[in-house]
Amino acid sequence: MTVSTADDPIKLAEFEARLERGETIEPKDWMPEKYRKQLIRMMSQHAHSEIVGMLPEGNWITRAPSLRRKMVLLAKVQDEGGHGLYIYCGTETLGIDREELVEQLLTGKAKYSSIFNYPTLTWADIGVIGWLVDGAAIVNQTMLAKTSYGPYARAMIRICKEENFHKRQGYEICTVMAKGTPAQRAMVQDAVNRWWWPSLMMFGPSDGTSPNSAELLRWRVKRETNDALRQRFVNLTIPQAQAIGLTVPDPDLRYNAETENWEFGAIDWAEFQAVISGNGPCNRERMAARRKAHDDGAWVREAAEAHAAKQAARSREHAA
Amino acid sequence: MSSETQWPLWEVFTQEGDAAPHEHAGSVHAVDAEHAMQNARDVYARRGKVVSLWVVPTASITASSPGDAGPLFDPGSDKAYRHPQFYKSPRGVKIF
Ligand SMILES: [Fe+2]
Ligand SMILES: [Fe+2]
Repeated sequence: MTVSTADDPIKLAEFEARLERGETIEPKDWMPEKYRKQLIRMMSQHAHSEIVGMLPEGNWITRAPSLRRKMVLLAKVQDEGGHGLYIYCGTETLGIDREELVEQLLTGKAKYSSIFNYPTLTWADIGVIGWLVDGAAIVNQTMLAKTSYGPYARAMIRICKEENFHKRQGYEICTVMAKGTPAQRAMVQDAVNRWWWPSLMMFGPSDGTSPNSAELLRWRVKRETNDALRQRFVNLTIPQAQAIGLTVPDPDLRYNAETENWEFGAIDWAEFQAVISGNGPCNRERMAARRKAHDDGAWVREAAEAHAAKQAARSREHAA
Repeated sequence: MSSETQWPLWEVFTQEGDAAPHEHAGSVHAVDAEHAMQNARDVYARRGKVVSLWVVPTASITASSPGDAGPLFDPGSDKAYRHPQFYKSPRGVKIF
């Protein structure tokens, strides 16, 4: 890339007209540099979140309470790894290598979702993550399935199909615990109390203060505002909590019959800022675990390359 | 370092069910075709009804470019006689 001159105004107008007509932008199409940059930032953050998101749940695979729960959790965590790969490959269509993206994650240059910097203290956390965290992700990803960039939209459609199982298994764990012994009930309620507010923060800053929102909406990368998505999530989730006798830790929560919205209290944005800037409860632990996994996998990558080189040499010998 | 995680790119096509066409699913990085096949299975065929997989080195694909779309595809839309609606048949006659 050369000097960052302004985009050609005629091409920009054509591009915006295409978006206006609801057309999808494909990798080889002309696009403003800013659109490309915003997408690389957003998609790679999303891919990193899927990968780092494997850690809090992976923490419970060996301690799942039954073989059924262990199989389910393994499958879910494997799905999240797959989600990361779908989105990395989508991001590569914008002209950046996965290697560079991975390096940005490992060096701490790139961000990932704040939610994965919270600890999974009990088995109930696994239920609540599936229910609330995957639940919130589904609301966001359903919107992104209609994003203007084709490869991102297609990755989201694939992901949305898989997320429904994630949410269902989580809600099932919560349902069983909520109907269990007083200790189990208390454990799942405690997990909801800890994960509720961080789940609401997953949708990002409020529209007024979100630095990227306006441009992303104009270019139809995002189709709805953070606040609208957050409200949809709350409206979906409160009846689910009520159905199994759980509450959310918000004294200001009330139903507005006129707007048909569950109105909720103020979000602690100072906490959100602290967590995304590296000072959440588990940021250091997560990054250390990612780096260790990357380093520990080095011999596998080397072995795969050596094997491929040997195979290639052997088939050349055959041909000669 | 150059090959750390940046093995060659392969495009993956999945056939979801008997008689369905192979459709593009996404891509994987892999050292060779066999490895690409394994990665494609793990990434794109974890569930569902995939009955067949193709992996193709991305570098071997020749794609049309958006700038060519006009001259390449225009002739397709200005030949109305290639569509059945172009032809009239007597009222009441059942053609199909
Ligand atoms: Fe996911
Ligand atoms: Fe998920």
